[in-house]
Amino acid sequence: MAAGANGIIQTKLNAFVGFSNLPNQHHRRSVKKGFHFTIMVVGESGLGKSTLINTLFNTTLYPEKKVPITTDLNKSLDIQEISAEIEESGVKLRLNVIDTPGFGDFINNEDSWKPILRSVEARYDAYLEQEQSQHRAKITDNRIHACLYFIAPTGHSLRQLDIEFMRRLAPRVNLIPVIAKSDTLTDEEVAAFKQRILDDIIFNKIEIYRPPVYEDDDEDTVAETNEITSKIPFAVVGSNKDVTTSDGRTVRGRAYPWGIIEVDNEDHNDFVKLRQMLIRTHMEELKRFTSEVLYETYRTQRLEASGRTQEAIPKEINPAASLEEQRIVHEQKLAKMENDMKLVFQQKVQEKEAKLKQSEEELYARHKEMREALEKQRAELEDKKRKLESLVHSASLMKPATPEKTRKKGIFK
Amino acid sequence: MAAVQEPKKTPIGGYVGFDTIPTQIERKLLRRGFAFNVMLVGATGLGKSTLLNTLFAAHLIDSKGRFKVNEPPRQTTEIAPVTHHIEENGVRLKLTVIDTPGYADLMNNEHCLDPILKYIKDQYAHFLRKELTAARERYITDTRVHCVLFFINPSGQSLKPLDIVALRQLADICNVVPVIAKADSLTLDERAAFKARIKEEIEYHGIKLYPGQLQVPEPLDEYDLQEQALTDAIRARIPFAVVGSERTIVVGGQPVRGRRTKWGGVIEVDNEDHCEFTHLRNFLTRTHLQDLIETTALHYEAFRTRQLLALKENRDSNTSPNK
Repeated sequence: MAAGANGIIQTKLNAFVGFSNLPNQHHRRSVKKGFHFTIMVVGESGLGKSTLINTLFNTTLYPEKKVPITTDLNKSLDIQEISAEIEESGVKLRLNVIDTPGFGDFINNEDSWKPILRSVEARYDAYLEQEQSQHRAKITDNRIHACLYFIAPTGHSLRQLDIEFMRRLAPRVNLIPVIAKSDTLTDEEVAAFKQRILDDIIFNKIEIYRPPVYEDDDEDTVAETNEITSKIPFAVVGSNKDVTTSDGRTVRGRAYPWGIIEVDNEDHNDFVKLRQMLIRTHMEELKRFTSEVLYETYRTQRLEASGRTQEAIPKEINPAASLEEQRIVHEQKLAKMENDMKLVFQQKVQEKEAKLKQSEEELYARHKEMREALEKQRAELEDKKRKLESLVHSASLMKPATPEKTRKKGIFK
Repeated sequence: MAAVQEPKKTPIGGYVGFDTIPTQIERKLLRRGFAFNVMLVGATGLGKSTLLNTLFAAHLIDSKGRFKVNEPPRQTTEIAPVTHHIEENGVRLKLTVIDTPGYADLMNNEHCLDPILKYIKDQYAHFLRKELTAARERYITDTRVHCVLFFINPSGQSLKPLDIVALRQLADICNVVPVIAKADSLTLDERAAFKARIKEEIEYHGIKLYPGQLQVPEPLDEYDLQEQALTDAIRARIPFAVVGSERTIVVGGQPVRGRRTKWGGVIEVDNEDHCEFTHLRNFLTRTHLQDLIETTALHYEAFRTRQLLALKENRDSNTSPNK
């Protein structure tokens, strides 16, 4: 019992344990739970989308369309959903088909792809929200698992509208291009058309859905998958009506004056391969790819855009730790408030001081002024006093003088 | 002023010989040759070029679709006229085919019809100018568009908004003949239902296609009645559900023009049970070609009236500034 290269010990069993029954248990559970599949069909009107859905699931999901004549040439793109539950050998399938009537039918189709892309992303958003909610027991999966894009059988190459739509939707949904109404094309025309479409797809870097091949697949599966891949884009014909062929068989097909085309005949068209890929072999694969790759890519982009990085998400929710965190946060807040208030207080004190200083200086200046004025007055008064005293003194010296002399003196003075 | 008398039917005594007038006219016309201008309008990939080549049994124009990856799509509708001289039993026809590559190619097709309408009106204007010249030519080369073949996508459901707008605007200024392209994608039931629906929509939107209801004073003689019956039959059959093919395939030991599909169906172009190509061909070349040219003159007259009235108004407003 030596450890293998990856540390896992390969052990051999001595008796029958019974866990080989696990797949059966899983099977029973799945069958009881039932399966669901959401598919979207896009293409301009008249390319046989509804007919093809009816043909794929062998049921009249879409009734005959009756479009009234209207002068309203400015309607907008509609997104309609039909649900049906179909059963086969005890296995229930809940089928949702999303139709996009009006796509490519207007005079101006520049924004035709926008509401469709928004619808796809809205479904991812709804799923994301459910995932993040508190009650996750019942999550309804409305995400689109496959998108069939119908190409008109012009025989040339892809039109601008085709390229633009596929470029926009391929990163978000499993895009499967389909050549509609291919019963008008001859053998060479089909081959050349398919090649040109694939060239256009590669040139415009559109990632359409390709069924994956795993290393541990057996030869048969690999061969099957390669055969399917070689037929993309599928040149299909749809019909849910029965016709009788020249050799008496009753088959699903279309009856022309020049022959009958059988829907289920692989030599006539690629319908069988499309059905095989979509339903019989790769349905789970399409769902898995939607869930694990397309949805995850969208989710990452969405969350990154809303600013959440890996570190911001708390590793565990511990009540004590969160309380502690809250307390710390609160204390920080209080300290900050305190600081703020201190600053304000200091500022106010400074202002007051400055004001007081200013008034002090003013007072001082006035006081000085007044004192100077006083001094000046005193000096004047002293002057006057001295003058008066000197006058009195000189007057007392010249007492005997007669008033005339004084007068005379006064004249000569 | 002498009053004009009512012409009396007078019998003639012997053979004069003026019953050769049609032959004289024919000889003159044969010498001059005929000119026919047809325009093809329809989305890319509907087989316009192939159908025209099939109609005149010659490779007259090439398909102008986008076949290479790095070829950029056309940004506007181009007008590409090509002229061929074809001859049959001494009758020379100068056939001008005007292709419109780029029509309805873009995502926003609000202006894809403008170059087409402009071209048609320009040809009328060119003709008018030549007419009004003082020293005008004895025989003006006619470049006016005599017929527009409008190709409808075989969706099997209804006309698209762009189709309705285009038909309405084109039918106002010239003869429009709608055609259901690649009709081999519809079964006979679907074809009948589609045609009925198209006719309903055309009537609902008031689109006046060719042949219109002509005012014949009264059904004069058997020839007129026959012609009217034929025109009525054509009108009931429009739009023609056609298939075109330049290649021949072998069916029952005979080479025929047609298509052999992947699943063994063989569509013969000239087979009336398969498609209405023969009806379109006969209508266009064998019975109504001259009528199309004459009806174009009616459209031209309407254009001429409008233009001359506008010119007169312009002149009046120029000479009397106080108006």
